[in-house]
Amino acid sequence: MRIEIPELALVAMIGASSSGKTTFANTKFIPTEVLSSDFFRAMLSDDENDQHVSKEAFSLLYMTAEKRLQLGRMTVIDATNLQKSARQQVIDLAKSQNVHAAAIVLDLPEEVMQERNRNRENRHIPERVIRNHCNDVHRCIRHLKREGFRFVYVLHSQEEMDEAVIVRTKLWNDKKEEHGPFDIIGDVHGCCTELETLLGKLGYVRDAAGVYAHPDGRKAAFLGDLCDRGPRNADVLRLVMNMVRSGNALAVPGNHDVKLLKYLKGTKVQLTHGLENTAAELDAQPETFRQEVLTFLDKLISHYVLDDGKLVIAHAGLKEEYIGRGSARVREFCLYGETTGETDSFGLPVRLNWAADYRGKAAIVYGHTPSNEVQVLNNTYCIDTGCVFGGKLTAMRYPEREVISVDAEKMYYEPAKPLVPAAEDMGDLLMAGDYQGDRHIHTALIPTVIIRENNAAAALEIMSRYAADPHWLIYLPPTMSPCETSTQEGYLEYPEDAFAYYRKCGIRNVICEKKHMGSRAVIVLCKSAETAQRRFGVHDGSRGIIYTRTGRHFFDKPEIEQSLLDRLDGVLTANGFWEQFGTDWVCLDTELLPWSEKAQGLLREQYAPVGNAGQQALGAAVSLLTQACERQTTLAEGDVDLHALLARYETKKDAIDRYIAAYEEYCWTVESVDDLRIAPFHLLAAEGKVFDDKAHLWHMEILKQYTAGDELFLATPYLCVDTEHPDSIAKGIQWWSELTGSGGEGMVVKPETYIARSETRLFQPAVKCRGREYLRIIYGPEYLMENNLLRLKKRSLSRKRSLALREFSLGLEALHRFTAQEPLHRVHECVFGVLAFESEPVDPRL
Amino acid sequence: MLLTITYEGENTQDIGYLLHKNPYRAQKFTLSSGDAYVFYPEVTDTRTTAALLLDINPIDLARGKLGSAEGGLFDYVNDRPYVASSFLSTAIARIYGTAMTGRCDKRQALADSPLHLTACIHMLPCKNDALAEELFAPLGYTVKMERTVLSERFPWGDSPYVDLTVSGTVKLSELLNHLYVLIPVFDRQKHYFISEAEIDKLLSHGEGWLAGHPAKNKIAYRYFLFKKSYARKVIDRLMEDDAAEEVTETEQTEPSEHHTPLNTQRLEAVKDAVLASGATSVIDMGCGECKLTRMLLTEQQIRKITACDVSVHELEKAKSRLHYDTMQPTLRNKLTLMQASLTYRDKRFEGYDCACIVEVIEHIEPMRLHAFAQIVFGCAAPHTVILTTPNAEYNVHYEFLPEGKLRHSDHRFEWSRAQFHAWAKTICDTYGYSVVHSEIGDTDTEHGAPTQMGVFTKCG
Repeated sequence: MRIEIPELALVAMIGASSSGKTTFANTKFIPTEVLSSDFFRAMLSDDENDQHVSKEAFSLLYMTAEKRLQLGRMTVIDATNLQKSARQQVIDLAKSQNVHAAAIVLDLPEEVMQERNRNRENRHIPERVIRNHCNDVHRCIRHLKREGFRFVYVLHSQEEMDEAVIVRTKLWNDKKEEHGPFDIIGDVHGCCTELETLLGKLGYVRDAAGVYAHPDGRKAAFLGDLCDRGPRNADVLRLVMNMVRSGNALAVPGNHDVKLLKYLKGTKVQLTHGLENTAAELDAQPETFRQEVLTFLDKLISHYVLDDGKLVIAHAGLKEEYIGRGSARVREFCLYGETTGETDSFGLPVRLNWAADYRGKAAIVYGHTPSNEVQVLNNTYCIDTGCVFGGKLTAMRYPEREVISVDAEKMYYEPAKPLVPAAEDMGDLLMAGDYQGDRHIHTALIPTVIIRENNAAAALEIMSRYAADPHWLIYLPPTMSPCETSTQEGYLEYPEDAFAYYRKCGIRNVICEKKHMGSRAVIVLCKSAETAQRRFGVHDGSRGIIYTRTGRHFFDKPEIEQSLLDRLDGVLTANGFWEQFGTDWVCLDTELLPWSEKAQGLLREQYAPVGNAGQQALGAAVSLLTQACERQTTLAEGDVDLHALLARYETKKDAIDRYIAAYEEYCWTVESVDDLRIAPFHLLAAEGKVFDDKAHLWHMEILKQYTAGDELFLATPYLCVDTEHPDSIAKGIQWWSELTGSGGEGMVVKPETYIARSETRLFQPAVKCRGREYLRIIYGPEYLMENNLLRLKKRSLSRKRSLALREFSLGLEALHRFTAQEPLHRVHECVFGVLAFESEPVDPRL
Repeated sequence: MLLTITYEGENTQDIGYLLHKNPYRAQKFTLSSGDAYVFYPEVTDTRTTAALLLDINPIDLARGKLGSAEGGLFDYVNDRPYVASSFLSTAIARIYGTAMTGRCDKRQALADSPLHLTACIHMLPCKNDALAEELFAPLGYTVKMERTVLSERFPWGDSPYVDLTVSGTVKLSELLNHLYVLIPVFDRQKHYFISEAEIDKLLSHGEGWLAGHPAKNKIAYRYFLFKKSYARKVIDRLMEDDAAEEVTETEQTEPSEHHTPLNTQRLEAVKDAVLASGATSVIDMGCGECKLTRMLLTEQQIRKITACDVSVHELEKAKSRLHYDTMQPTLRNKLTLMQASLTYRDKRFEGYDCACIVEVIEHIEPMRLHAFAQIVFGCAAPHTVILTTPNAEYNVHYEFLPEGKLRHSDHRFEWSRAQFHAWAKTICDTYGYSVVHSEIGDTDTEHGAPTQMGVFTKCG
């Protein structure tokens, strides 16, 4: 016997003890698909026959079954399932998970089972019990369909059981093998003229028989509500039926189509909401046509899952957990969406915004709710643009995701409320649940980046308290590792090690860029506030932002930010950037100088006080020691050599003076915007493009070219080095020595390409090599003294490097997701991840 | 880290006996924090100076001692090696320990006599000019301070450190005990964990003078870095014989009210509003230390209360203040603590009768208020929302507050009554609420009360 069961279903084995359920289930299904009550009893009490723990065992079994079904796994319940209440539990679970329930009944002759029971070694069941079981089985069979089992198979003998083959059938809504391309068309409502125009515009051609087909083999997909309200309902039905029948279109039903079906079946329905038009038209058609329509509508499937699961079409949309499921509830959702049960001031049902919650990977294209423009939210597209209400008929081309519309010739039907964008709703609000707990983020460069719960908890606080509007945060820069610790005496970092790192990675050409000692600033600039609103969803009238590496506004005063953005716009416009790159927004990675501008607090609270205290205290020590030295003319055994101590303190004093000089180098007084400097070094992204495929040399040149002419912008000096060539390396070292010798922070060495990787490994996108004097700011004034440097040389870079790679991949992923127009929560996930890595972990478990 | 002690008088070299350090030899001591040296820059009959120099290695502070498994507790860039701090007190106790007891077999009479002594503490963290006078003058010292500017090149203001010179006629042991106790009182950091044993240490070094010091409360609180329980114990023991004296906390965030503190008035008002709304389930959004939650938890009307805050740290503190782990099960079952953000939509906010948002919105960036409103009034949409925020107009009453400044450094804005009312109206229009405004605290006819409250009720 062929036992056909949908590939996702909840299957109940029904049979007496000793009927061979377990053996059957385990041989016909994958053993892990089978949840046996015996197994769960044993798990709890070490005895699979211990009936005292049955209640707990079943509760565990059903919990497991529920999880499996949530994950979309076929599940078989191996228990006797003889009681109606037991089967009711199966049905309830199947309903709650929107899967079909199937029953496989083993109705074997009683003698066979009594015989088996007698031969069983480990367990003897009274004969009476077996007899009762057999009667129960026999009696229940005829009720199973009514109880809610969609599929019922009864096996009467061991031979039948042995020969039975389980055939897993695809769900009707599963058309994953159809890859389109598609032209998905919104609610037509009898507007046949507009539909014909639209099909023409989409490139469909009408053949002699009046069937539309696309010469390139594209397929139309109708989102339902073909009829009612409009003027040519029968024509629309005919056109669509022809296309579907000839394989040129797919169609899902809308609520109006279902109501029409009821009418055609003779059920009493109210002839309102435009059905009166359709009914009148169809009544005038021949009976054969009405019958054809009836059959067509009756067979429509609630929704389709297309293109390997990447696309779903349904009339009123679909929640993620309903995709690919089949149940009355799913069908209801597809037809009517989800409402609160309340009505609004126009008398229309208040809809729950399922799209705001939607986090699925599949794009969902739907209609049902008319508005004046296509509504895009979280990878869902509502393309009902109210043609019949005088709006337009819209198609979305997939996979292109282009929108093509035809204006309605007239308003055929008065809308209950004006066609405006859906009133202020939850929109693209971020949801806390998406960022709490351990998170796995999939990126192009590193397949899975894991964010730990305790880092995420810390980031949630920082993001909430300090970060700018998340709509602006399309990137956060990664941390950067220094080069390997130098073996050179007197140096912690030395260029040779940076070159050696890349040489070992097999990267021959690197670029050295001067490291500006300022503060990291990411700049997003739109050509206008309108662009900001459309592309970034920022509604406060601003047209750009300058933010720090932790996503905070760089400037407390918006006027400064504004005037810097204006200057950037000015210089980009003057140099023809916007036209050249065909974009109306841009994102730059820059360093903003002076350091003292952003680090004012740090300087006043930490750096300058240390300098001041050191200078004063060491100065006093030196003068007291000098005095004491005059008194120490001879040195007895065990005496402290004050001259040596004085020398030591003079060295310390010198160190503190150099430390002060080092940080003061990066400070200057800013009286106006003119005193600031911005050094851009990455042109990160513009519309449709992330420039991570361009070499660093390109970034340097392009940025220099397009920011030329305004001295606010600093071009970054750079030098290309061949890591295999000694002369070139020597030049690199000399370049660095000159930079750092004149007070520079140091340099950043990057591989020639933006992303550097081998088959198996991703390499550091950059390593820094900082100057000897500069490092006093990092490791303290006295870091070069005596053993200090030796101790500092023992440092491990592996953690920092691994962090740098993960943050780098997250940052680029965020940009790619943004430029691919993915929803905000997907972009934010990556940005949040970078911040989480940069946060001190906290334990969120209270 | 440098301390000099100068003795002026006759045969001043004898201070060497009292200090147990030979004026004609420089000595080195190895302490856990680093090497210490005692040397005499000046030795004459009439004037002798002993210098204590402590050489702390900043790398040790940042990385832990060489060879130790523990990491350091400090930044590499750190003032500790140069300033007078608890490190110096520890060094005094170690190096001048005997002198501190006042014992000197060779010159006991001298040790018992008040001498003309001057101590110079180099680079003492001290932002408040008056503090040194307040601490040392009652002990009979003349106090002198020298303060430099933070930077010679940039207008960054005064240095937070002073060279402090105190001179007086005291016994050397007294001077050393005074220094031992008072140096850490200036500082806001300690290099070691403050344990309860410190109480006895403070009392023993303060014996004979601390109980009578007019600033003893301040000394105790600052010595224990505001670890109040320890400070209270010290004060209690100092005053065991005295009549009970009112102990006031030294730091207050808001100017004190002459009757009920503003915060209490505010919480009472919110509690009354919650109860009046008929709510049985409440969510305290931005609960901070959970004061409101604690008040509501014991109300019989409230069957369920959730306290949330974006800071896990705050929640942990709140949890311990609530004695959560030992709480009666009936109360504990009513209570949920959770980390949540008011700028992220959260399913867990849904299903409460009432949300309380007390002194929270002014901590949210103005550009994020839109999301906040959507989340609270649009998504969570409880029947009642009780919201309080400062009334900026009232700020004129805060003398310490310069005009245009906000009451708290983390406040992003403070609204006038008109601003709050306008915002509330938009909320009501957008999300279908009605609002009743009221004021909390002393009301003046022109500027209103310090706190304003809006009780929002969902229409229909």
